[in-house]
Amino acid sequence: MDLKEKLVSSFMAFEGQIDVDAPVHEIRSEAIKVFEQKGFPTKKEESWKYTSLNALLKNDYTVFPKEESALQFQDVKKYFLHEIDSYKIVFVDGIYSSYLSETSHEGLDVCLMSAALSKPKYRLIIDNYFNKIAPKDDGLTALNTAFSREGAFINIPKGKVVEKPIQILHFSTGKESALMLQPRNLVVVGENAHVQIIERHQSLTENPVLTNSVTEIHANRNSIVDYYKIQNDAQTASLIDNTYIAQKKHSHASVHTFSLGGNITRNNLNFYHLDERIDSTLKGITIIGDKQHVDHSTLVHHAQPNCESHQDYKGIYADKSTGVFNGKVLVDKIAQKTNAFQQNNNILIDDRAVINTKPQLEIFADDVKCSHGCTIGQLDEEALFYLQSRGIPSKEARALLMYGFANNVLASVKIDEVKKRIKKLIAMKLNVNIGFEL
Amino acid sequence: MLTIKNLHAGIEEKDILKGINLQVNPGEVHAIMGPNGSGKSTLSSVIAGKEEYEVTEGDIVFEGENINEFAPEERAHNGIFLSFQYPVEIPGVTVTNFIKTAINETRKARGLEEMPANEMLKLIREKSELLEIDRKFLSRSLNEGFSGGEKKRNEIFQMAMLEPKLAILDETDSGLDIDALRIVSNGVNKLRSKDNAVVVITHYQRLLEYIVPDFVHVLLDGKIVKSGGKELALELEEKGYDWLKQELSV
Repeated sequence: MDLKEKLVSSFMAFEGQIDVDAPVHEIRSEAIKVFEQKGFPTKKEESWKYTSLNALLKNDYTVFPKEESALQFQDVKKYFLHEIDSYKIVFVDGIYSSYLSETSHEGLDVCLMSAALSKPKYRLIIDNYFNKIAPKDDGLTALNTAFSREGAFINIPKGKVVEKPIQILHFSTGKESALMLQPRNLVVVGENAHVQIIERHQSLTENPVLTNSVTEIHANRNSIVDYYKIQNDAQTASLIDNTYIAQKKHSHASVHTFSLGGNITRNNLNFYHLDERIDSTLKGITIIGDKQHVDHSTLVHHAQPNCESHQDYKGIYADKSTGVFNGKVLVDKIAQKTNAFQQNNNILIDDRAVINTKPQLEIFADDVKCSHGCTIGQLDEEALFYLQSRGIPSKEARALLMYGFANNVLASVKIDEVKKRIKKLIAMKLNVNIGFEL
Repeated sequence: MLTIKNLHAGIEEKDILKGINLQVNPGEVHAIMGPNGSGKSTLSSVIAGKEEYEVTEGDIVFEGENINEFAPEERAHNGIFLSFQYPVEIPGVTVTNFIKTAINETRKARGLEEMPANEMLKLIREKSELLEIDRKFLSRSLNEGFSGGEKKRNEIFQMAMLEPKLAILDETDSGLDIDALRIVSNGVNKLRSKDNAVVVITHYQRLLEYIVPDFVHVLLDGKIVKSGGKELALELEEKGYDWLKQELSV
């Protein structure tokens, strides 16, 4: 039985575990039908031309998380930003770990999707926001919707500036020989509210993990949302991250994606503008090697006038790694005075490394400023000689050049600890012992 | 300190240096002059170890050690410094971060501990004052958007920080206005001692009024064709290189 069949036939068993009378169950039932019809994407689809899931789909995944596995904080501390005070929503093998978490209902909700989906007091918010921006016809998103039960639920009321960042962490322990996870997050940010979120998926063993995550973010009027995705997973862990952001008037939303590890990582990042004067920022640093694969497929839909979007993705590819940047900017006819900028710069360290970069601009308005640029190159030999002539050894000189190349993206990171952590991870990834500080 | 014996070097089968001999002792200042294309910059790059040049014959001996096969960073660790004619722009790496890395990597190679942060800052402050460099300038990306004069001052600032035994200044005067020229040469002069040496590579005599050489060598078509004292530079300025070419062909 292939994975698709297995998932579809598991749905009945899944229904046995959940409240089928809950209103969201109708959404789930619809979604499984969509997944049954669409299945997993193949390379025949234009948007999946360069990313194949075939090898991943062959594993015999356990598709339901079972009971909680105990993890000691000391063992996983290094994956947290533990230097700063934060809220934490932590899952181990897909099950919420109250022990590792630090949630809240005081003045805001930082809690669990399972609670939001079942408790009457969240009924209205679920009715208004759940599965509203995730597209109904996408196979992977539908699969997640069908099995949506757990994940992070973050609800920031009007005017609330959340002082502490919120960390969402998913650990997998390897208790199952292969594990598939379907985390589902919902983030609702009220008018004038401000929130910062950091998300990370971490497998702790060699056993294969496939995570198909869906996150819906609603940035209401005047709100600010800053989202950081730290992707530095084990070589056997793969991630399909589907993130959908709907923005209202004067809202600012940014997503920074740092892809430094993992097996296959696909980031589907989608921004929708529902009103005017919106600002969207999409930035990423990708540094991979071996046979790793990272695919950034972004969409910014400018559907209203006077909005801005800023995209800047830097990629460094070593060994036989492959990268994809597929950046779509859609400017509707009414979206006059749009400013849309897109940059994708890549360095190939090895002859065997490959990057497929494809800016896709569809502009129907006539009074807009849209720019895009993509470059693919090697490290500058003259610059390398310059650094070496100052006593910096070849390996460190290369690392410094690569760091400098990617550094621009870090400038817009607002949490210092995130910045420090990423610099440290970059140094680790480049295998050098230089602190990119000062 | 530096002994170059019958050095032949080139790039992709093209011979550029055709038998250079040069002896530089501690405390000396040598000027190497010559017209465009005579091999001046190649000589400085070859001494600093640029890999695209191939040494086909001869030896470069520094402090008693043949360094022909040394990587550029090893030469730097041994005390050779090259001030670039065209300093390279390195986006995303600040001047401070760069110099800090250079110093600590050099110390590491010499078996020393990293320089403590406060000591580093003190040194940076001291040396940037010597070169009249604004503090703000130090947090900018290395050479990115710098004017010609700023780039050259920054080169000498790095030299001051790294305290090399042998400094090669490749066309450091090009693109400098009179004030920058004064600052740069003043910096170089302050760094001179009986233990280190400077090789000034230049097209014009102008810089040599500020950094006064003990020896002047004329490079023509990959060979040193004439050596003399500082008066040779004046003679060249007056008569031009054609005079020398004619004299040699006679």
